[in-house]
Amino acid sequence: MKRYSVFAIAREALRHHTGWERAWASPEPKPQYDVVIVGAGGHGLATAYYLGKNHGIRNVAIIEKGWLGGGNTGRNTTIIRSNYLQDPSAAIYDKALQLYETLSQDLNYNVMFSPRGLLMLAQTHHEVRGYLRTVHANGLQGVSTEWISPERVKELVPIINIDGPRYPVLGALYQPRGGTGRHDAVAWGYARACSAMGMDIIQKCEVKGVRSEGGVVTGVDTTKGFIGCRKLGMVVAGHSGQLAEMAGFRLPIEAVALQAMVSEPIKPCMDVVVMANTVHGYMSQSDKGEMVIGGGTDGFNNYTQRGSFHHIEETLRALVETFPMISRLKMLRQWGGIVDMTGDRSPLISKTPLGNCFINCGWGTGGFKSIPGSGWAMAELMAKGEPGPLAEAFNMWRFKEGRFIDESVAAGVAH
Amino acid sequence: MLILECPCCGVMADETELAPGYEAHLKRFGPDSSDEEFEAYMFARKNPKGVHFERWRHAYGCGKWFLAARDTATLEVFGTYPAQVSEPPADIIAKIRAKRPDWKGFK
Ligand SMILES: Cc1cc2nc3c(=O)[nH]c(=O)nc-3n(C[C@H](O)[C@H](O)[C@H](O)COP(=O)(O)OP(=O)(O)OC[C@H]3O[C@@H](n4cnc5c(N)ncnc54)[C@H](O)[C@@H]3O)c2cc1C
Ligand SMILES: [Zn+2]
Repeated sequence: MKRYSVFAIAREALRHHTGWERAWASPEPKPQYDVVIVGAGGHGLATAYYLGKNHGIRNVAIIEKGWLGGGNTGRNTTIIRSNYLQDPSAAIYDKALQLYETLSQDLNYNVMFSPRGLLMLAQTHHEVRGYLRTVHANGLQGVSTEWISPERVKELVPIINIDGPRYPVLGALYQPRGGTGRHDAVAWGYARACSAMGMDIIQKCEVKGVRSEGGVVTGVDTTKGFIGCRKLGMVVAGHSGQLAEMAGFRLPIEAVALQAMVSEPIKPCMDVVVMANTVHGYMSQSDKGEMVIGGGTDGFNNYTQRGSFHHIEETLRALVETFPMISRLKMLRQWGGIVDMTGDRSPLISKTPLGNCFINCGWGTGGFKSIPGSGWAMAELMAKGEPGPLAEAFNMWRFKEGRFIDESVAAGVAH
Repeated sequence: MLILECPCCGVMADETELAPGYEAHLKRFGPDSSDEEFEAYMFARKNPKGVHFERWRHAYGCGKWFLAARDTATLEVFGTYPAQVSEPPADIIAKIRAKRPDWKGFK
């Protein structure tokens, strides 16, 4: 792999850009690998990357039914933060945030990480109490966040209306280190690095069945034939229930649609990310100038990557009160992704009933921000066969044992 | 937009009139049951891509619960039926079989 650098740009400028390499190879599958990862979203690719980088395991295939990064990773609103309430969540999301801070250098690929600061507005007294609690919890976890006044919110976000009338802004939980990144670039950067380590990324290849003998997985049946493996990682987000069914177990997961939209591009007007959880809306401005807006999930199981129209209406109606200027904006595009929601709104990074099969899923509406940390923890689990400190609490048996990592009470929405 | 006929009051109710209740026909387990049974009832879900049976409530109408058979991959509705049954009725099963011959059946 040729490195990207200012010298490479100069060199290519002089020879009319004829020397750029393909970012990753598209090989045919081999009959057998040490590790097969199903799903080339951010989490699957990051798992493969850290398997190679941290554990020296490079005989790896990443199998993707569509194109890499075409699932939720390429559909999300790219909010990155680590101000979670529960200790295991704060630990893994902050690990991810720390890795994001140097990811572009690490991957030699610009993931456009932008720590522009993130506000979670408190618009009810209940939320004020909730966020004050989170600020204290974050202090104990070593995650720096602060509580700021409505006046400070107005300074940071001049376009905001803090006076209500229905939901006045009563303050905000502020994480200056939070922000956004470029979703495709995260997937592409990891893919390029995996390919450079000799891993095979196999796109347009759907896993149709999981073969096992005596409780041990031997490989997967795919649209490109049988592919054998010594360890299997399932990292397929919304399709986790399907993969689990192929392997013969059931998950505490429901697949539902989550939608987002962008407006026409306008001049820079908001240089932080704002989340308004009471009214279920959140907004940031992209580098192109579009206002990127997301809302809540639909309330029923759905695999169509389309959501219901009234959720878009609800999201915009709610945001118009807090950001009156968006009432004049035209929405350009709207799309949906299938998110994997667990009972406690926390993910699974877990062993499964099959000895050499591991699962990483349940990131639901908020797993873009965790991609580097999740890949790090999943790679450790797959390499050693046992979870390290980051993954330990996120095993799938917590539901049987009643040890929930309850983030749903903490935030309501968790993007 | 999803439209379901409420079998309790006969209204063709649009999604904004309804409150979703997720998987139907769950067997309830109480305080004396094992951890496995309780986990299966509370958390483990079929979450199928295809034919699914769900609970819905006609929240902004008659207020009653009912059940619906739907395809989660196409959003097609096969039919709705009253909630006082422990598995899908024969006429609903027949309708699904007619449209999805390779459906593995309710289990
Ligand atoms: C509208 C929207 C907004 C969001 N906003 C945010 C946000 O602001 N911040 C945040 O942190 N998170 C956000 N999220 C959540 C985030 O996008 C996801 O948690 C994250 O991208 C999940 O990554 P993944 O790699 O697990 O899944 P995916 O990116 O979905 O990758 C899974 C891959 O598996 C493949 N696959 C599935 N089945 C098979 C099979 N049988 N064989 C082979 N391949 C298969 C799929 O094609 C897919 O590419 C949002 C999600 C949505 C939908
Ligand atoms: Zn009714």
